[in-house]
Amino acid sequence: MSYLAYQFKDVPVGFRKLLYLNWPVVFLITAVSGFGFLMLYSVAGGSMNPWVTPQVQRFGLGLAVMVSMAMVPIWFWRNMAVVGYLLALVLLVAVDIIGVERNGSQRWLDLRFMDFQPSEMMKITLIMLLAAYYDWLPLSKVSKPVWILVPLLFIAAPAYLVLSQPDLGTTILLVSGGGAIMFLAGVHWAYFATVIGGVIGLVTAVFQSRGTAWQVLKDYQYRRIDTFLDPTQDPLGAGYHITQAKIALGSGGWTGRGYMQGTQSRLNFLPEKHTDFIFTTLAEEFGFIGAFGLLILYALIIIFCVQSAVTNKDRFASLITMGVAVTFFLFFSVNMAMVMGLAPVVGVPLPLVSYGGSAMLVLMVAFGLVQSAHVHKPR
Amino acid sequence: MKKGPKETEEGARRLSRRAMLLGSAQAAIVATLGARMASMQVEQADTFRMLAEENRINIGLIPPARGLVYDINGVVLADNEQHYSITMTREGAGNVDEVLARLDRIIALEPERLEKAREELKARSPFVPVTVAERISWEDVARVTVNAPALPGVVAELGRSRIYPQGSDMAHVVGYVGPVSDYDLSQIDDQDPLLQIPRFQIGKTMVENRLERELRGTAGTKRVEVNAAGRVMRELDRVEGIPGADVQLTVDARLQNYIQARLDGESAAAVVIDVTNGDVVGIGSAPSYDPNVFVTGISTTLWNELNERDVETRLHRRPLAAKTVQGTYPPGSTFKMVTALAALEDGQIEADDTVRCVGHTDVFDVRFHCWRRSGHGNMNLNESLKQSCDVYYYDIAQRVGIDKIAAMGRKLGLGERHELPMSAIRSGLMPDKAWKREERGEDWRIGDTVNASIGQGYVSTSPLQLAVMTARIATGRAVKPRLVRSIDGIEEPSGAGESLGLNENNLRRIRAAMYDVSNHSRGTAYRTRIAAQEYRMAGKTGTSQVRRITADERARGVTRNSDLPWNRRDHALFVSFAPADNPKYAVAVVVEHGGGGSTAAAPIARDVMLQALYGGTPPLSAYPSASRGAIQAQQRRLEPLLREIRPGRDTDEA
Repeated sequence: MSYLAYQFKDVPVGFRKLLYLNWPVVFLITAVSGFGFLMLYSVAGGSMNPWVTPQVQRFGLGLAVMVSMAMVPIWFWRNMAVVGYLLALVLLVAVDIIGVERNGSQRWLDLRFMDFQPSEMMKITLIMLLAAYYDWLPLSKVSKPVWILVPLLFIAAPAYLVLSQPDLGTTILLVSGGGAIMFLAGVHWAYFATVIGGVIGLVTAVFQSRGTAWQVLKDYQYRRIDTFLDPTQDPLGAGYHITQAKIALGSGGWTGRGYMQGTQSRLNFLPEKHTDFIFTTLAEEFGFIGAFGLLILYALIIIFCVQSAVTNKDRFASLITMGVAVTFFLFFSVNMAMVMGLAPVVGVPLPLVSYGGSAMLVLMVAFGLVQSAHVHKPR
Repeated sequence: MKKGPKETEEGARRLSRRAMLLGSAQAAIVATLGARMASMQVEQADTFRMLAEENRINIGLIPPARGLVYDINGVVLADNEQHYSITMTREGAGNVDEVLARLDRIIALEPERLEKAREELKARSPFVPVTVAERISWEDVARVTVNAPALPGVVAELGRSRIYPQGSDMAHVVGYVGPVSDYDLSQIDDQDPLLQIPRFQIGKTMVENRLERELRGTAGTKRVEVNAAGRVMRELDRVEGIPGADVQLTVDARLQNYIQARLDGESAAAVVIDVTNGDVVGIGSAPSYDPNVFVTGISTTLWNELNERDVETRLHRRPLAAKTVQGTYPPGSTFKMVTALAALEDGQIEADDTVRCVGHTDVFDVRFHCWRRSGHGNMNLNESLKQSCDVYYYDIAQRVGIDKIAAMGRKLGLGERHELPMSAIRSGLMPDKAWKREERGEDWRIGDTVNASIGQGYVSTSPLQLAVMTARIATGRAVKPRLVRSIDGIEEPSGAGESLGLNENNLRRIRAAMYDVSNHSRGTAYRTRIAAQEYRMAGKTGTSQVRRITADERARGVTRNSDLPWNRRDHALFVSFAPADNPKYAVAVVVEHGGGGSTAAAPIARDVMLQALYGGTPPLSAYPSASRGAIQAQQRRLEPLLREIRPGRDTDEA
């Protein structure tokens, strides 16, 4: 349905749009980010520097970006999808060539005033493109192999570039997010069953072949996978951090040690305590109540997004809202599972809480799309 | 593309359905995360709280106990001694400098160590304990323990260190361990994490070094809880390492002790081989040093002293060199058996053929002298060996040719690197025509053969090789020296060896001549014979020149050894086996610059042989009556140098 088909009288105009924002989501995002400020203040040893001040500034900027984007009709964003995707793809290639290298991976572009991660931008533009694609594609063709190949290419190109940076965490997010949109768009479930079955089969085959004459990988590669899956095998390396993270988290108990009283994080036991491992500090200081509370806040954000998506008659709007929700969900669930020792450590930050400019801004842009979709719902 | 309203509706319905499906899956995952949180923070909270609140987990390596080294009777040659050391971790200490300063006030630390520790603390991971002080007294341990609250991260640890109870006796055999150095790490390709432990002890030389893999063992790991003060509260779990394998040597510590005592004051080497199985039961080198000083790190002064760095006071006695395998000397007359055997085997001579010795032989225009200028007269094999006539060997060597002599020398173990677990073993040299052409680019000359026939010129041998040669002559078998009897209780193959394939008649003639050397009144070693009937000894003296006597010196008449400076005097050698009729031991002795073989080396060889045969101090009746008085005086003199050695832990299963 083209936007011209909408009845203009049903869509709010001007500043009236502000009244139609998805306010619960705005409040929830602010609450979660507030949690983040508290934690950054704590891990800095009770100081606004070096993390809280820039984080608050970026949040303010992000909030402004989100509201501004919400004011722009959602059909504009749909028309921007292809351009945005191509731009992100070009930037990813640029990173590969002129990017800045840090800690052995090349992910950043130096923009003078800030470092920019094109892979973060790709998270949104990929979802936008796929949503626009399925908005355009008649439902009858959705499950035709040819029409499945196209979105697969859309996903594969950035996934390959990001994986070669190397950034496994973002790659997983891209592929899962893209897959989720395809699933929501109504691609026949048999395709998903085949892919999941195939992956399980392949992994099983690779591991079953271990120790036999026809083993697929080299021995040291198997050993690396072993330590990746079970870091306790490397008690002085990766396992040390996971052990310390679990102690910090578990020792929080019901109510935690109290704000700024966490010993584990204070004594520098934890790595990346202001980024990927910030949840352990939160769980140590605020206990189960704090950690579970954060989980509930996240879940509520998802619920409000799903509710908005389901009640939205515009297909692009629905898909983009669900896509953002799924990506957001993957962010926090992978991070939490990682620090609780349920998943291997793959460098995914805790959304809105972990310190980081690009991630914060990108999330706010994503929620800007969700808000725009909500405001410009056909009523 | 145009879509009908029907299709749009169907798309929306399907999307809603799938959204709900995806939503439920997400809800399930959120529930899992929540459950995990609850299990960790509510159910297991106490466990984690305990770990975190008072205690923290440290993961460390447990160095395995290094394997012990025993002698043939189970006497401990290298032991592990327990001692206390003070270690410290960066994460435990917090403020490293302050804690170190406090520690320094409580127990005085060596400034050098303090500086080193400070560097190490900075460089290593926060949880790696760094040794601040070693081998500290019990009082200091108590002082540190009492002051524990003021010394976070500081722990008194029970450690193990190597100790060599036999002191300098075994230094040239067992060697020593020392803290692993960066140089060591760059030299060895070894991924063992143990080597990353600061000051971990590894074998530096000799058996300790050559059997490092066997002796070291495998590291274990332990996870310990330490409290906020850094004190170890308890061990969580522990995977024991595998202790290093015990090694039993063939050396007899008591005999070794006697050898070192007997060689004391000389620069000499003595090797005793059990000819029945190749066991090296004694392998002494003098002067020696105390290996214990190397274990914790040696002072520069002592190191320079041992290396004779000071040119002024240098004695050229090389205490750090194991002369038994690292020293090579011209074998002198002890080589004559090789020349004779080569000639006999080649059929060039019969034992009764005689050569007339007039005191010299002329080869073209060069005159080669016999040691007795007046000549020996008519010499057959027996007489020539007995009286060590040189001219006889000049003559027969020219008939056989150097290549056959060299082949015989090699057959008897000369010029060969006998693989014992000792460091820097030298192979000596058994020259032949091909060697000279290759190495020197010159043709072999007859004069070279003449020189080689009496073990001079290019020929050079180590005391070990001479002992092997004697053992092979005594048995006719390819006796192979063996220093390690068993590793971890598993016996090493015997060195008895196969038959050399030599004519037994020829060997018998050589042995008979060697018997006469020591037991015939005209023999060069008659005065140092063994009188005990059942232990009669066969031997051969050797005196090898280290310099040419210049024409000028000859004119001035300086040919007596005692008139020369020590380091230009002749080497004294003696090889022997006994009992002559049923050989048990072969002994080779080299006394550097000792003068004559019969006066300097033979008495030592005889005394060592008797010690080995009697398994202790022999009765005076074993000595010829003429020398008993002197021997008694000598025994009294050596008594304070001999230690009482009793077998410790017996590893011999059989």
